Amino acid sequence: MDASPQRPVATTSPRILAARETKIVASDVNVYYGDKHAIKHLSIDIPDRAVSAFIGPSGCGKSTFLRSINRMNDTIDGCRVTGEILVDGKNIYDRDLDVVQLRARVGMVFQKPNPFPKSIFENVAYGPRIHGIAKSKTDLEEIVVNSLKKASLFEEVKDRLAHPGTGLSGGQQQRLCIARAIAVNPEIILMDEPCSALDPIASARIEELIDEIRQNYCIIIVTHSMQQAARVSQLTAFFHLGDLVEFGDTDDMFTTPKDKRTQDYITGRFG
Amino acid sequence: MIDKFQKGDPARLAKRYSSERRFQAYGAAALAISVLFLAYLIIDIGIKAWPSFFEHRVVLQFNLDPGKIDFTNVQKGDFTGLIKDSLRALFPTVTDRADKKNLTALLSVGAADDLRDQIVANPSSIGTTVNAGALLSDDADLYFKEGFSSTIKTAGKTNLQLAQTGEEYLFSGDTSQLAVGQIVRTNGGALRITSLEAGIAKAEALMVPENLNSLIPGSWDLLSLSETEAERSIDDRSTVWLEALRDKGLIEKHFAWRFFTAGDSREPELAGLRGAITGSLLTLIMTLSLSVPLGIAAAVYLEEFAPKNRWTEVIEVNINNLAAVPSIIFGLLGLAVFLNFFGLPRSAPLVGGLVLALLVLPTIIIASRAALNAVPPSIKEAALGVGASHQQAVFHHVLPLAVPGILTGTILGVARALGETAPLLMIGMVAFIVDVPKGFTEAATVLPVQIYLWSDLPEVAFQSRTAAAIIVLLVILFCLNAVAIYLRKRFERRW
Repeated sequence: MDASPQRPVATTSPRILAARETKIVASDVNVYYGDKHAIKHLSIDIPDRAVSAFIGPSGCGKSTFLRSINRMNDTIDGCRVTGEILVDGKNIYDRDLDVVQLRARVGMVFQKPNPFPKSIFENVAYGPRIHGIAKSKTDLEEIVVNSLKKASLFEEVKDRLAHPGTGLSGGQQQRLCIARAIAVNPEIILMDEPCSALDPIASARIEELIDEIRQNYCIIIVTHSMQQAARVSQLTAFFHLGDLVEFGDTDDMFTTPKDKRTQDYITGRFG
Repeated sequence: MIDKFQKGDPARLAKRYSSERRFQAYGAAALAISVLFLAYLIIDIGIKAWPSFFEHRVVLQFNLDPGKIDFTNVQKGDFTGLIKDSLRALFPTVTDRADKKNLTALLSVGAADDLRDQIVANPSSIGTTVNAGALLSDDADLYFKEGFSSTIKTAGKTNLQLAQTGEEYLFSGDTSQLAVGQIVRTNGGALRITSLEAGIAKAEALMVPENLNSLIPGSWDLLSLSETEAERSIDDRSTVWLEALRDKGLIEKHFAWRFFTAGDSREPELAGLRGAITGSLLTLIMTLSLSVPLGIAAAVYLEEFAPKNRWTEVIEVNINNLAAVPSIIFGLLGLAVFLNFFGLPRSAPLVGGLVLALLVLPTIIIASRAALNAVPPSIKEAALGVGASHQQAVFHHVLPLAVPGILTGTILGVARALGETAPLLMIGMVAFIVDVPKGFTEAATVLPVQIYLWSDLPEVAFQSRTAAAIIVLLVILFCLNAVAIYLRKRFERRW
């Protein structure tokens, strides 16, 4: 393992962070895929009720780190995580932590819309059902409707809740996935390039949606589009080759980047 | 003008096109040849099998006199004698002991049982005279089936005089129509020409004529047989009797339900498939109930839960190898383990099912793993993402999506099990078993083994039965496949 001393937290106390509670505290996180060192000594504080964007060239580790926050990396063979990630002060890599409970608190939206091949209703109802959130059938229906409303999908699908979720358009499917994530009442929502498979109009709707719900959640979005990061996020983190290069207020980041690499990347010189 | 789109050598282009056309022609030719062979096979089997689905009976009159047969104890009654007497009554001129025996040999030994069953089912017929069909023996039955008898009937067109000297009969007059070996039927008798010299035909009596009246056109006919008597299973005398029965309108053709409701028999006309079909079904039930849950569970564990290490790798390689092990080896294994070590009953569907389950397990595991592997990982991720446990993700989402593929693999396995003969020979399911098995531990045989057994028998009628049994096996296979396709479509539609 790389024996270099722990690096300082890359953030220099952004204004946004100062104004909000810290939701996630990662310190000295290393992620390995077999021999490959994918994340190197990463430390970051992520605030609640705000959108944080992870940007960086492909293979820089931003998705890897995102998937470490709800331990989706556990499913990958040969993946190893060291260091600690605290969510509300609790290390999620503790032995006594139940990963199912964690994922109920940390929802995830994937790059490609992946609704279950079931009805729209069942898609949203699945999470509440397995966690026993709904007390009754009407309760469950309420949760589904509310989740769909929050994901601003309800108006479009209210007449066909029994139709398969896979029959929706790409953008609708992605909003369905967001509704599905919201339905289990998470505190954190991780989005792994949620718009990369969508056309600009569908992307815009997702961005609007993110903007609407950010007051209630800690949202982390990985994106390849710098414009998108600039539009939807309050904080931006720039990753490069497994390092967190810079983390700060989005406005500052895109106007006065502190690191040369950040500047090169956002001005399109590499990536 | 130079074609703008023409790049490089035109000859090369032509070569590429011709190569493509050639490849397609090869493919089409290969397909056509296979279709041709398949069609030939199926048509051939169909034609051979067709006669087996029908049986011929001769309608006889029975006087069910309670004085002659003790109807209070039907099982002991001499129905065989009753039937023989009824048939002989139709041919009063047959008096010779050997001839009488030959005459009654035209009837099946099962005819008496049929009659008994009929009387038991309808007791009010006792004391009356009834008409009932008596099943013909296999050779007599075949005689009436198309393609099996070579008898040609021609009407007599000339005037003939008939005279008798001792045992010999003489035809004179216009004998131009006659030839040696032919049989003249007239005056209630049948005479076989033995020699024909100088317009005088000598003949011997197969059935003694009632009188020696002269023959005029229309009062006689001629039976000519293209095969010699030695080549036929029905001799000339029997031919005359059968033709007489046919002329009297006493021969009935029926659909041979017996073929599906009876067990095996040494008599082709009585042999049926019910025993083999039941045996196959019991064996399949055993096979399925064992191999499907085990196979799917093993596949789910190996694909979704097992750690990927050296051990699972060894197991995986071995499963793949097992799928290619010759089936007779599984039979030997079954013999050694199930029969000799555990002492399970020989020839039983229980053991057959166990052996076939071992045989199809690798197929089911491999197909199920492939089906599970083909489910997009995004579905599992989605389930995990909303907080489903690994097991919930697999059983709620991955497995249901893999069901169509698993079904396909299972049906492939079942089809293989249904057609498998070799391993069953080793555990004794090859015996001649008359009774229809009633349970998993009773002696039984299965369809392919039945086919194998019948194909070995010398009787001509069994050749047809063999083909018919093949048809039944194929039909069952098609039905199984149809069910599988239906189920697959259903499960696919659910999403």
